[in-house]
Amino acid sequence: MRITDHPILGREKPRKEITITVDGEPVTAYEGDMIAAALVAAGWRHFRLTRRHGEPRGIFCAIGRCTDCVMNVNGRPNVRTCITPVEAGMVITTQTGSGEWT
Amino acid sequence: MEETDAAIIGAGPAGLAAAIEVARAGGRVVLIDENSRPGGQLFKQIHKFFGSRTHDAGVRGITIAHHLLEECDRFGVTTLLDTVAYGIFAGNGIGLAGGGRTWTLHARRIILAAGASEKALPFPGWTLPGVMGAGALQTMMNVHRVLPGRRILMIGSGNVGLIVSYQALQAGADVVAVVEAAPSIGGYGVHAAKIRRTGIPILTSHTVKRVLGDDHVEGAELVALDEGWHPIEGTERQVPADTICLSVGLTPLTELARMAGCRFTYVPALGGHVPLHNWDMQTSRDTLYVAGDIAGIEEASTALEEGRLAGMAAARSLGLLTEGDAASKKADIRKRLVSLREGPFGRLRRELKEPFMKGREITHAG
Repeated sequence: MRITDHPILGREKPRKEITITVDGEPVTAYEGDMIAAALVAAGWRHFRLTRRHGEPRGIFCAIGRCTDCVMNVNGRPNVRTCITPVEAGMVITTQTGSGEWT
Repeated sequence: MEETDAAIIGAGPAGLAAAIEVARAGGRVVLIDENSRPGGQLFKQIHKFFGSRTHDAGVRGITIAHHLLEECDRFGVTTLLDTVAYGIFAGNGIGLAGGGRTWTLHARRIILAAGASEKALPFPGWTLPGVMGAGALQTMMNVHRVLPGRRILMIGSGNVGLIVSYQALQAGADVVAVVEAAPSIGGYGVHAAKIRRTGIPILTSHTVKRVLGDDHVEGAELVALDEGWHPIEGTERQVPADTICLSVGLTPLTELARMAGCRFTYVPALGGHVPLHNWDMQTSRDTLYVAGDIAGIEEASTALEEGRLAGMAAARSLGLLTEGDAASKKADIRKRLVSLREGPFGRLRRELKEPFMKGREITHAG
């Protein structure tokens, strides 16, 4: 859920809408969004699956330290989605295990 | 080879203040931060600061950040963003990485203001999507303006837990409860009162037994603790929640100080291992200073003052300030730091810090 109006931060400034593809589905994002923020806004919870047990992981620190939210972005694995801004047409997939270049 | 008078690592409140003081004295300053935006956590701190008027009390963190950035600009601080300081080498060489390249910057003085990271708390289900640091929720809400959930359970009643809970309400979420393992609330009464007034329970002597939910958080099972911190059987109860936030303390980010060979001391109430430093914020390595949470977990307001001290001391050691000028400016800041460390929490930190802060002693304050 996006916080469009906020008692302290005020109304969010309008930003350009763009589309990214996540696991084959189109997701609406706004210029300046971090990938993780756009996914959270779209209700995404699972960012990757662990190597041994395939357990889901989501955002944990949101500042690029913990690496729990890494995904495959445009063919590149282990991208920290919480500190990587979206770009129009980005292709993102849930990462499994250590990830692979695709 | 690139070189500068002072390199400051970390552009949060401590680093910004340090950069301003060295640059104000006429030094060439390079300020380094791994993030794409300077300000550290200040831009997430939408609450009004607490303390006396000289410490920007009543001013929101975001406003303080804007003022500091303006000053950095005015004094000509060079800021390198999206740049990681990965190491400190002989001769004060700082290994930097960013924009797909690595290089070395030599600095006559280095001020480490790397800050801190959140501690985690493991319990069954703590890895499920929906369990996150309180800082993660704060970043998502106040910087990215998205809510990762609608029903938040906060673990830990220190200032971070209390403030972020209140900010979650401001962002439009519900807070189910604040859970605290200790028998009393950890943070300031003023923050706790704001939570209490909204009707959110603060459950002291309670902890999380396990998270409910298979592939994401659906709730938590809480349990009461006895005087020995042991769970009391039969007191389990389930609360619904889609997000569980951990605010169980911070720990200083000391990797670079370690690599540089600084001497350390261990003080759990300051967050763990802390580089030894004196009242000039100088470490056991003469040309290396620390400021802010890396020098012991405190608050943004103390971080700012420590940054100013470190900046002035570094400027003095570079010959940019006269001894008399530096001494009187530093004495003012030390006085302000002492007054910031009033109250039960501040006094404890002061009593823990001052014994090892030998050298360049504060002489006038009681």
